[in-house]
Amino acid sequence: MSAIDLPHYLIVSALLFCLGLLGVIVRRNVLIIYMSLELMLNAGNLALVAASRFNNNLNGQIMVFFIITVAAAEVAVGLALIVALYRRRQTTHVEDLTTLKF
Amino acid sequence: MQDVFFYIFAGLALLCGALVIANPVSRNPVTSAMFLVLTIVSLAGLFVLLHAFFLAAVQVLVYAGAVIVLFLFVIMLLDLKEEERRRIKLFMAGLAVLAVGTIAAVMIRTIKLAHPAGTLARVRVEGSADALGRMLFSSNFALPFELVSLLLLVAMIGAILLSKKDLR
Repeated sequence: MSAIDLPHYLIVSALLFCLGLLGVIVRRNVLIIYMSLELMLNAGNLALVAASRFNNNLNGQIMVFFIITVAAAEVAVGLALIVALYRRRQTTHVEDLTTLKF
Repeated sequence: MQDVFFYIFAGLALLCGALVIANPVSRNPVTSAMFLVLTIVSLAGLFVLLHAFFLAAVQVLVYAGAVIVLFLFVIMLLDLKEEERRRIKLFMAGLAVLAVGTIAAVMIRTIKLAHPAGTLARVRVEGSADALGRMLFSSNFALPFELVSLLLLVAMIGAILLSKKDLR
């Protein structure tokens, strides 16, 4: 039996999530922010699969299946939004996109 | 043997994840996308170690195959040469690292407190395509499954509409 337990996977997942969060906060390119969001989603997926495995319950994996589907749809719409935004403003830099700011 | 693979894949995922957000050599978004592929493939390896074989395949197919290709298309569609020159403000980056580091410390402490190591021993669940498919088409998940297909249709129409030239 392997010595790798649920906490190991959860810690990897937490660290990966924090990396994604750091990317969203630090980076200023919309595309990189979007990739960091994908990183966070994947960290959540890893936690769900690990929890599903170590609790003898397949429901977590079904949830990951749905999350992957929704993430694919979200990427399609989000990238279309970024392209539309770039077409209008000629930039993907968040500090140039301040129309909604007070 | 499995432990070695766990450490290899986990280390690779974290290393490539770090290189996605902050690459010391190149600030080109294409490099970030390539490291995102590596992260996703190592996560698929972790899924295989967790016996989630179907999800590992789906992960590689959907993320590495579809999502990253979409990212690369958009990166190459937009001409981003001008973006590369700007620097990140160091003070703000330091504050962000501090804040996220605190969150990470809280998370890891919580995980250690909630799951003392060695309590979970007997695992039998197998995430094969057979088992997952049977669950997915059972009465519990048939409705969400159909709704997801509707969501994909809506996303497709939305993406087409947003990409039209005269967007109002």
